[in-house]
This record gives sequence, C-alpha cells and structure tokens, in this order.
Amino acid sequence: MHELSIALSMIEMATAEVERRGGAQVNALHLKLGPLSGVVKDALMFSYEVACQGTLLEGSQLVIEDVPVVIYCAECQAERELESIQRFCCPVCGELTADVVSGKELEFVAMEIEEREPAVAL
Amino acid sequence: MSTHPRLVEVRQNVLKQNDVLARSLRQRFEAAGVYVISLVSSPGSGKTTLLEKTLTQLRVCGYRVAALVGDLATENDAARLARSQAPVKQIITGTVCHLDADMVERSLDEWKLSDLDCLFIENVGNMVCPSSYDLGENLRIVLMSVTEGEDKPLKYPTIFNTADVALLTKMDLAMAVEFDLIAARESIQSVRPGMQVLELSAKTSEGMDEYLRFLEARIGTRPALAGASIPAVGGDFPFII
Repeated sequence: MHELSIALSMIEMATAEVERRGGAQVNALHLKLGPLSGVVKDALMFSYEVACQGTLLEGSQLVIEDVPVVIYCAECQAERELESIQRFCCPVCGELTADVVSGKELEFVAMEIEEREPAVAL
Repeated sequence: MSTHPRLVEVRQNVLKQNDVLARSLRQRFEAAGVYVISLVSSPGSGKTTLLEKTLTQLRVCGYRVAALVGDLATENDAARLARSQAPVKQIITGTVCHLDADMVERSLDEWKLSDLDCLFIENVGNMVCPSSYDLGENLRIVLMSVTEGEDKPLKYPTIFNTADVALLTKMDLAMAVEFDLIAARESIQSVRPGMQVLELSAKTSEGMDEYLRFLEARIGTRPALAGASIPAVGGDFPFII
C-alpha cells in the first residue's frame, strides 16, 4: 500500500504550483494512470481524500483517466490494446510481445484552479 | 476582485523526484564501476538465503560485493547476510512497504563505491509496491519459490513486468509440493514474454552454478572490469516510468 505516499507526492506538487502562482483555490487534480504503474486506483482515491485533509487541497477532486496497456505487435506491425495484463499477446494474431507502448503512466496531467484576478478598472 | 476557473497543465510524473534521484544514482554507480542488482519477491521466497550464498560465492571468486537490505522492522536479515563476511547495511523502513531511491542514497554514505564490483539491494518482501520505484539498479531480479503456486505471475503481473530476470527458488521442494514447472514457466512468459528464467535451490545448491555464471557475465560486462566503453546510463534497465 504505497498509494498514500503517491497521494502525498501529488499534493506536494500541486501545493508548490499554487504557491508559485501566488495562491489559488484548487478544484481538481487530473491524473493519468496505467495498469502497469503498480498503483491501485481505488486505494489512491481513498488515500487522496485522507491526505488532502488540512491542506490547501482539502475538498478537491482527484480525476483519474485510465490509460490502457498498448503493445506493439511485430507480426501485425501495429499497436494494439492489450485485453488483459495477465496475457501479453496481440489480441488480433495472438503473437506474444513484451513491447509495451503505454500503460506505465502515473502522470499528473493538469489541475483545475480558480485564481483571484483584480477587477478591470473602467 | 473576481475568480476565474481554469485548467492548468502540469504534465509531470508523480514519481519524478524518485526517478531523478534514481537516474543520478545510476550515474554514480556507473562512474564508480559498480554493478547493482536488486531482488524483489514476496516475503519468504528465499531472498536472504539466496543472497547470503551469492555474497559468499562471489567473494570466493574474488568479487568485491556488498548488500543493502530492506526490512520493515528487524535487523535479522542483515545479521544473516553478515555471515558472508561482505559489508552489509540494513535499511529499516518502518511502516513503508518498499525501498525508494532516497533510502538507497542515504544508506550509501559510509561506503566507497569504487571499492566494490557489485552491490545487491534486497527489497522489502512485497510483490506490489516495489514495482513503482526505480532504485538506480542495473538489473532487477524477481524471485518466486515453488511453494507459492504456479500462477503467482498472473496475480502480480506488474512486478514481473518491471523485472529483468525471474528465479524459481526452493526447487528442492518442487516434488513435495507437486510444483508444475511447465505451468509456472508459461505464467511467466504470459506476463513477460521472453523473460529469462533460472531454477535453483540455495539450500542444496542445485542450479546455483548456472545462476552464478549468469551473474558473473553481467558483472563482468562492466567497464571497470571489461575495459569497455561506458554504456548509456540505464541502458540495460528497461523500466523507467
């Protein structure tokens, strides 16, 4: 269960970004998560909520985009989406392949913020 | 004053800090001419027993070896490994279920890396969390004992996917537990096609020669020993998120 430390890292990164901008309210963090990252989505969601308490990010949402595992099949000469991470083979021709194109992502993509802006003088 | 909601792009790997540190460790190991091997597995699959024998044997062959060993609470493993006479350091992780690059870096303080040919890092017994953390190693070995069941790779595909080589350990017990070697090999190839698999028993020494020859070939390819040009950083380590 290392999802709590992952959640804490995200909060730390987001807090640094907010401070760099001189303050803002954070509504949501967007994360891309691949099945080969070794991170469990539900455990991360739970950890995030707990870890946010008492921080700048309290009340913010964690929005996770699931990234599929995509492999390159040398036989078909094409990228294919893997059907199961229990079986690394081309879903079309059945050729075994260890050539992973995507699926290891653990990427903090973006954050939704609200910044205070001074009213424009007329 | 008004508020203005918007989306700000970040695009950073959450484990960036660890990866940056791991990369600098890999460069440091490279510069010192030390080959680094990490071991991952479930608790009880025989990492410490195998490592004790490995350190002893490699020392006999003239290699300068050392080990870092991760454990949640005790120093028992380090005490066992110290019997090999090799320098050993325990990393007690407390409640943390894996080693990270920072823990490795902090443990290296008192050692002169250029005095070593090979450094082993025994991770905490855990088949999930260690897969996310690059430790700057050159080779990651995943162990699976015959008592764990042939389908273990299918249950923990990610750890097999991030490792370079698989060892089937406790082969002396294979008959007693009716271990199906073909099924186990098929499971490994299913989650990591082309993965090299070695079978051994650290207790009876069955398969140990082949395993040690494999290690020596890896350690021997280092520039300090082979006199070859320095390969690209992380060149034989495929898992970098």
